[in-house]
Amino acid sequence: MRDLRRRLVSHVIMMLCVLSVALALIPLALVLFYVVSRGISSLSWTFFTRMPAPVGEPGGGMANAIVGSLLVTGIGALFAIPVGVLAGIYAAEHRGTRLASAVRFAADTLNGVPSIVIGVFAYSVAVLPFQRFSAVAGGLALGIMMLPLVTRTAEELLLLVPASLREGALALGATRARAVFTVVVPAALPGILTGVLLALARVAGETAPLLFTAFNNRFFTTDVRQPVSTLTVQIYTYAISPYEDWHRQAWAGALVLVALVLTCSLLARVVTARMERMRVG
Amino acid sequence: MIGSRPRSDDWLFRVGTGIFAVLVIGVVSAIALELYRESRLSLHEFGWRFWQTDVWDPVAGEFGARPFIWGTLYSSVLALLIATPIALGIAVCISELAPRPLQRPLVFLTELLAAIPSIVYGLWGIFVLVPLVRQLEVHTPDWLRALPLFKGPPVGVGMLSAAIILSIMVIPFTSSIAREVLRAVPQSQREGAYALGATRWEAIRMALFYARTGIIGAVMLGFGRALGETMAVTMVIGNTPQISLSLFAPQYTMAAVIANEFAEAAADLYLHALVEIGLVLFVITLVINVISRAFIWSLGRPARARRTRTAAAPALESA
Repeated sequence: MRDLRRRLVSHVIMMLCVLSVALALIPLALVLFYVVSRGISSLSWTFFTRMPAPVGEPGGGMANAIVGSLLVTGIGALFAIPVGVLAGIYAAEHRGTRLASAVRFAADTLNGVPSIVIGVFAYSVAVLPFQRFSAVAGGLALGIMMLPLVTRTAEELLLLVPASLREGALALGATRARAVFTVVVPAALPGILTGVLLALARVAGETAPLLFTAFNNRFFTTDVRQPVSTLTVQIYTYAISPYEDWHRQAWAGALVLVALVLTCSLLARVVTARMERMRVG
Repeated sequence: MIGSRPRSDDWLFRVGTGIFAVLVIGVVSAIALELYRESRLSLHEFGWRFWQTDVWDPVAGEFGARPFIWGTLYSSVLALLIATPIALGIAVCISELAPRPLQRPLVFLTELLAAIPSIVYGLWGIFVLVPLVRQLEVHTPDWLRALPLFKGPPVGVGMLSAAIILSIMVIPFTSSIAREVLRAVPQSQREGAYALGATRWEAIRMALFYARTGIIGAVMLGFGRALGETMAVTMVIGNTPQISLSLFAPQYTMAAVIANEFAEAAADLYLHALVEIGLVLFVITLVINVISRAFIWSLGRPARARRTRTAAAPALESA
């Protein structure tokens, strides 16, 4: 009797666990469904090639915002990739030193800092002194967001490289730096690139830190000292506007963004799977 | 041993990469310093009063931030109440129940939840979730609406919408850490439980109990995420600075007020007041992250030592 009840309780709870997976997948399916179904009807070639249309005029696109997003994300990558990879190399090569632990701790801390706070920081160091919103300020904010992801990935992947590779290089008389840069880093490179890709995908979808750094711009610009429009901020502006046309544009923008992020994640997954197979095989 | 003979080249390598390592640490310190520097006017002007008063009127120069901290904490706690059981259920399902070929796709799908940008959740929230919540509010029976928890006109935007959207965004974080933590529980723990005649749930409960510090860490990490989430919440919470228990009431959060007002804050004091909100958000999330990581790490070390002592005995008996 007691046994029966225990088994029943067990079954019920196991069912609840399966149910919770379903509960989490419902919003995922709903979000993807709405983004695709609403976005696809307003997405056309002009979305990528035209400038935003004034209120009331149908059509128009987000050419300036797409270029702006690439620009800002690119500036961020330019800052985050060298710093992150080299800091990761330090942390991996000098494992056990106090500085290496401190880097790991700092990167994890930075990873937990809300994006809006990083925006405030970028504002105070890159907007306030020059009294101007700019693509550089937005790039700085995104770069800081990428930094912990790149650092930690680089470190972890370098540690995965078999010690025999490094020892082989050292045994052949290579200096430490040479062994690291010509043998260890190339071995870990596909993985590090994957991490960079994922970091790019993540920050490309960021809005909060750009609101008051890159700000917005109705016009096309590639001048990094000027405020620049980005895909995410443009979606936000359109979403909270009262105009039907703009809402459609926002959905189209969301579709482009989600497609970009999903492509990057899938690509990263394929690379990771291949790397794992290599290691096993 | 590598590097036992110091060479000038080694030294260069160490310093060359070390500079960048220091730079990463420098960024974190710079954020803290800069936030303090840019909020000092407000810190000195208002002191603790800033967090004890409710009137937020930038035109009159009155800055009381209590409604924002209330909104942030309330929405995050509500989100955790929804997200924690679901996230733990997912973790258990993936790591303990799902057949092997299903595990990877399930992990991928839950991680996809984390990959969708906040702005997309916000857009979806405005046009899909808020109307749904409004319907729910309209159809709430009157006797329920009399309770303080459900007071107010059914507008859709408000605490409930924010909590739901936050919980969706937090679930993947909590569940992926909980999954990792469960994976660190030695298999012999479960085998031991089964050997003593435990049902599946009882064995899993053992594993969960064994991993409790890590689980607490996972939940706290989710809390830290929820506190700092900006765009999606800003778009559905209603942006009204008021302290209310009601789930239906539009409210405001710390991150949302910065997002909405920062670009137009012209007066120095106004700007400093907003930065102070950012500073406090920074400190709170920092503390929560550090504590949760300590919890998660603490599981990693003793687990190995304990394995041989307690878990092996029942496992041996069952053999």
